Amino acid sequence: MTSGALTTSDVVRQSLTTKGVDRRGTLLSGALLVGLLIVLGTLAVLIGDILIQGWATLTSRGAEFATGALNPDPALAGVGQGVVGSILLMVMVIVVSFPLGIGAAIYVEEYARDTRLTRVLTANIRNLAGVPSIVFGLLGLAVFVKVMAGVTGGRTVIAGGLTLAVLVLPIMVITASEALRAVPQELRQAAYGVGATRWEVVRHHVLPVAAPAIFTGAVLTIARAFGESAPLLLAGAIVGNFLSNGDMGIGQQLTEGKYTALPIIVFNWARQPQREFQEITAAAIIVLLVLLFIVNGAAIVLRDRFERRSMYG
Amino acid sequence: MDDEEMTVETKTPGEEHGQADPTAKEVVLSLEDLGVFYGAFQAVRNVTLPIRRNEVTAFIGPSGCGKSTVLRCFNRMNDLIESARVEGSVRYHGVDLYGADVDPVEVRRRIGMVFQKPNPFPKSIYDNLVFGPKIAGYRGDLDDLVEESLTKAALWGEVKDKLDQSALALSGGQQQRLCIARAIATSPDVLLMDEPASALDPIATLRIEDLMDELKRDYTIVIVTHNMQQAARVSDRTAFFTVDVRENGQRTGVLVEFDDTPKIFTNPEQRQTEDYITGRFG
Repeated sequence: MTSGALTTSDVVRQSLTTKGVDRRGTLLSGALLVGLLIVLGTLAVLIGDILIQGWATLTSRGAEFATGALNPDPALAGVGQGVVGSILLMVMVIVVSFPLGIGAAIYVEEYARDTRLTRVLTANIRNLAGVPSIVFGLLGLAVFVKVMAGVTGGRTVIAGGLTLAVLVLPIMVITASEALRAVPQELRQAAYGVGATRWEVVRHHVLPVAAPAIFTGAVLTIARAFGESAPLLLAGAIVGNFLSNGDMGIGQQLTEGKYTALPIIVFNWARQPQREFQEITAAAIIVLLVLLFIVNGAAIVLRDRFERRSMYG
Repeated sequence: MDDEEMTVETKTPGEEHGQADPTAKEVVLSLEDLGVFYGAFQAVRNVTLPIRRNEVTAFIGPSGCGKSTVLRCFNRMNDLIESARVEGSVRYHGVDLYGADVDPVEVRRRIGMVFQKPNPFPKSIYDNLVFGPKIAGYRGDLDDLVEESLTKAALWGEVKDKLDQSALALSGGQQQRLCIARAIATSPDVLLMDEPASALDPIATLRIEDLMDELKRDYTIVIVTHNMQQAARVSDRTAFFTVDVRENGQRTGVLVEFDDTPKIFTNPEQRQTEDYITGRFG
């Protein structure tokens, strides 16, 4: 380290200096950004287009449109029955698929032994999640509308709700399973270590920790069911003859079982040739989106509250 | 107790009184020709040793020698691994813990466990302690029990004003002492400790070691440790395990030597033990 020679810090400085641009890295992050912009752009165009088309209806008719009854005249038609029908369907989905889905997940993750049978079963639950919804519609028609007509009353909101519940059940099981699997094994060991039974471990330790994630999965599940139309077309929602059911109220939806849902109304109106129908279709889509946002928002608030209460770590 | 070694070692109390021979103490747990399998893989074979009342017994040995596996047989924690299977016998006061009508939940209430990584429940300090007693149907005063358990675990002074705060807010060393307090709260007979200090800094480790000295007055302790100095400091007896590699490459844990701790560390009988103790082990 004497005359002329580089000092240690010179060598270190040289080796630490940037060697040039990280081309691949820059290229990749650029490509990723473009991908993100395409996704967001598409969404913005879709929503923008719907807003532009539906804005006039919503601003001039507003609440009257959101609560009004179906009508052959687009200037008078409202989506109130669809809103009520969709909410009733959601209640059915929650009541049926949450307990069944979470229960199945608890069984698979916490109780079932890892045998070939359970592996085949879980693989098939995943397969079911990928089955097209129209197939579930056929199932709903065959089972809930026809075979179980005595229980469901045929083409009723109960049959429709059960169909949607079965449709989302696999997703519910999968998301709840993931949530349970994410609970650290140490926690279970700790609970077993102080003499807890399997149920006490699940009830007092695993479920509280998994609850926020289970809840998030459940919300996504509801959102999925909320937007479905294909299964309902088969499982009895009022479709073609919407003109003759203009007076269908909540009471009738519950007692007589005649029902419709927002996605069904959108589907119906979108098929009409008149320009006015295109406008109220867009308005109906906006109502559906707003409802979805409300459901999701409420769920996030609830989950955060739940999370703070159960973990407060 | 028909095994030859057992009959030699389970002398009644007082028989060798005055000779400072720890064999005078009652056998709480005993392993007889224990073998543990995970599926077709045999993790441990032919382990026979007694655990005596109010002593600290240390299990030492290289990684993969099955010392933790053996420890987990004492409270049937291996049951949680589906493929695990146990051969031979594990006796607790003479009762086979793997007997057909033995409930592992009852076993774990009497044989508590402290794990390598501090694993408090994500709940308040208070709730951490009362969970075990509550599910066991404890009828006494829970507040008293909490104070007593925390005092025994040398943690009361540090946490008495924040019992309702989350246990996860404590330092690693405090969390581990909380886990010890949690294990004590169910008033067990035996405490199993699976490398309880390996995730802690030296000062927290020292506190745990001091604590063990206190705890052995009330409990029988079995500790697994990687740290030979720790075994030398805290234990009365030491079992040295190693890995036996067969020609077919199968690695199985075996018990090499079991004796009084001073003997193991100063004058071991087996060459393998000496090599390990002196650091010559490969």
